[in-house]
Amino acid sequence: MNSKIKKASRHTNQNSGLIFEKSSPGKRAFDLPPLDVPAVDAAKVLGGAHRRGGVEGFPEVSEIEVIRHFTRLSTWNYAIDLGMYPLGSCTMKYNPRVNEFVARLAGLATEHPSQPQELSQGCLKILSLLEKCLLEITGMDVITLQPAAGAQGELTGLLLIRAYNEKRGNPRKKVLIPDSAHGTNPATAVIAGYEVENIKSNSEGQVDIDKLREQVTEDVAALMITNPSTLGIFEQQIPEIAEILHRKGALLYMDGANMNALAGVTRPGELGVDVMHLNLHKTFSTPHGGGGPGAGPVAMKKILEPFLPVPVLVEKADGNLALDFHRKESIGRVKAFSGNFGVLVRALAYILAYGPGIRQATEDAVLNANYIRRHLEGTFDLPYARPSMHEVVFSDALQKKNGVNTMDIAKRLIDYGFHPYTTAFPLIVPGALMIEPTESEDKEECDLFIEAMKSIAQEAEKNPEVVRTAPHTTRVRRLDEVGAARKPILRWKPAASRREAAD
Amino acid sequence: MRYLPKSPSERQEMLAAIGVKSVEDLFSSIPEPYRLKKPLNLPGPFSETELIQYFQARAAENSAGYTSFLGAGVYNHLRSVVTDTILQRGEFLTSYTPYQAEISQGTLQAIFEFQTLMCQLTGQDVANASMYDGSTATTEAVLMAERLTGKRRVLVARSVHPEYRDVLRTYAKNSGLKIEEISYTALGTVDSNGLKAALRDDVCAVVVQSPNFFGAIENLPSLADAAHGSGALLVTAVAEALSLGIVKPPAEADIVAMEAQSFGLAPSYGGPFAGVVATREKFVRQMPGRLAGQTTDQDGRRGFVLTLATREQHIRREKATSNICTNQALCALAATVHLTLLGKEGIREMAEHNLAKAQYTLQALEEIPGVKRTFSAPFFNEFTVEFPRSVKIVNAGLAKDKIVGPFVLGSAYPEFSKHALVCVTETTPRGEIERFVASVKRILEQPL
Repeated sequence: MNSKIKKASRHTNQNSGLIFEKSSPGKRAFDLPPLDVPAVDAAKVLGGAHRRGGVEGFPEVSEIEVIRHFTRLSTWNYAIDLGMYPLGSCTMKYNPRVNEFVARLAGLATEHPSQPQELSQGCLKILSLLEKCLLEITGMDVITLQPAAGAQGELTGLLLIRAYNEKRGNPRKKVLIPDSAHGTNPATAVIAGYEVENIKSNSEGQVDIDKLREQVTEDVAALMITNPSTLGIFEQQIPEIAEILHRKGALLYMDGANMNALAGVTRPGELGVDVMHLNLHKTFSTPHGGGGPGAGPVAMKKILEPFLPVPVLVEKADGNLALDFHRKESIGRVKAFSGNFGVLVRALAYILAYGPGIRQATEDAVLNANYIRRHLEGTFDLPYARPSMHEVVFSDALQKKNGVNTMDIAKRLIDYGFHPYTTAFPLIVPGALMIEPTESEDKEECDLFIEAMKSIAQEAEKNPEVVRTAPHTTRVRRLDEVGAARKPILRWKPAASRREAAD
Repeated sequence: MRYLPKSPSERQEMLAAIGVKSVEDLFSSIPEPYRLKKPLNLPGPFSETELIQYFQARAAENSAGYTSFLGAGVYNHLRSVVTDTILQRGEFLTSYTPYQAEISQGTLQAIFEFQTLMCQLTGQDVANASMYDGSTATTEAVLMAERLTGKRRVLVARSVHPEYRDVLRTYAKNSGLKIEEISYTALGTVDSNGLKAALRDDVCAVVVQSPNFFGAIENLPSLADAAHGSGALLVTAVAEALSLGIVKPPAEADIVAMEAQSFGLAPSYGGPFAGVVATREKFVRQMPGRLAGQTTDQDGRRGFVLTLATREQHIRREKATSNICTNQALCALAATVHLTLLGKEGIREMAEHNLAKAQYTLQALEEIPGVKRTFSAPFFNEFTVEFPRSVKIVNAGLAKDKIVGPFVLGSAYPEFSKHALVCVTETTPRGEIERFVASVKRILEQPL
């Protein structure tokens, strides 16, 4: 095995216990400057009932221990900076470092959202330019940068649709969601007060137009479509889909998670989409940071403008920018303050770095995905033969014959030095392998990935056990998830013998 | 383009391997009329230098050089450079959600430590790996209370942050929840008589904030008793988490919705921050958001995994406890590193500095003729004062002195015409406090 794996290395990084286990009373990692006003007696000022003695169990360590602890922890992680994440629909692309630099500038990182707007024109200009760029990219009319992530964008979009329908006298009851949709779609629809009605994909993995015609009634508020679909296939009939919906007064919501296949090549607004969200932590390069933060701006056609969440960015008569909090028909606030500004700064920096050439990123993303598809077709089962855009979905059907499933293959891929692809999603492909390389991968990384996948396919035939028990080279082997859920241990607790001194 | 690692010849090789002539062919599945014929009209491309210049120019158009007395849910606190050193490590910054536990143990252990710190701070049994912010955490806590009790009425104190209440209203509209507001007393705290009068057995949650928006610290044990007496849960929002370094934690609350921005996160014009939901162990299966749990691998080694995932959208879809997917993981990491740096003594000391500076500022302001403290309840680092003239006028004068004045309470509470919410933290030097007070005095002495 070792001679075949060109890329991987063993995880030999140093152990580190929990920070609480290193703690010892009297150690400090950060000193404050001396207090320059008279000290006060907390018990007197707060009253005895409110005064807290100390935070029991809080760690006491030195600065070097903090640095070592978290540095060691970091070395146990895979990351884009190390290599490819072929995760479908996650768009794990390079996170440009200049974005980190500009987001931290004094004068940007330091600004308070409630400060006078005359003292915030720099921030407002950034928001305004980002709005214009995202509208140009999506071909929509109006946008809000408030939502904190894609799921919150989806909720905002559905609330806009609800407000639009309520104004017309019929809030409508249902949202149609394809069976290939991401889990946030149905979860969000329920929070927006809608019933979820599933619409089955046709034999090509696309929205079934005939079924759609049957299912769209005056009770349907919207269809939530992902384009390209979660199979990575462009929904060719999307203009007709939009028409079917519009004829019955329903709207077309587009989940913009797969925008990395479209930016600079086509525009959802021109395809008939009424409202959509974008994931800035996907197509627009802001870092995933182990799970967030992100941002989920929502772009829409003019018909939804009256219902925008507050605050709305406006230009005043004197040319200054302002945030408008008083909008009569607004759906209200979706989040305190002004959106994830630090994330928005990073996304704007990404767009400005590319300018009109942003299409090239999309082309490279689609090129990489098709290159990988071409080389793995035949080795892995391809359930839907339509052309792939930025991602390709295989299944484990061929490997299942030897008792090896997509999860096993994914775990074995770790031994070859890669993060797994997306397993077992979309739900319409049993045993799915969803692969999205993004444009950030060079030819060598793609070739190493292809080689690894082919090698694993061979192992699945000749030596399935090594695949089924993978990974073998990580600092921990497969973890007991069943045990973790049965008896959840969700925090550290001091051992009974080490009681903290009472205050 | 510097972010694209392929040369023209490599692209050609790859196209040839696929069997197409040009990359255009790969977009043939997009119907021809919808394929763009021209490049998008976008500014750029900018080199790294030009990007930095652009953003530096924007940074110069904000409030650099001003001293601020604003709090109101976003707080200036000292941050160690060590926090950023850790956050900027590529293995934290550019890693994915830790679904593949074997190669995400760094993130998972850090989340486990975060969850522990949040429990220690709030006095609760379990805490999640973060929500978007304090406002949505509060909303999620209320939705959780609804799921737990099956009841529909929510009593929300008016002294809860106005923007938190706005967000709750937006979400509640479509979930059939009925929101009612409970007023405050001359002390500045929740009107418990009003609360008791409104409580019946159809209330799922009583929502309060402590310290509340006016800065006042609430009497949580008695509010909890009142709520529980009617079968309701007590949800406590905490917007200034540093207060928990010196103020008793909301251990009597059933669900705590906290904003962790005070711990290592720059104000950044409103985000990204980090919300937390913390609660009692018995409610854990109704919690929203990710949870990291301890377990072992097949060789008996301790490790961590995301757990109780059947609550979440990727498993449960329309039956999930929340639709949240991406959270604020890197921000939670910042809070974890920050709190570890402060440690047990540091957080207490930092909180004491805030307490002392706020007291000093109030005393100095009260010496100005006509300036009065509004509420008598104890406070942490924020308090409400009344000026003899409108706060907007005072703040306009302060701005000329390069001071960002206190929050205009009247903008959220129409009953307050001349009241200001003043915030002073450990970052405000004594000299700046004195300059602020002197400026206020001078502005108030000017003829109208």
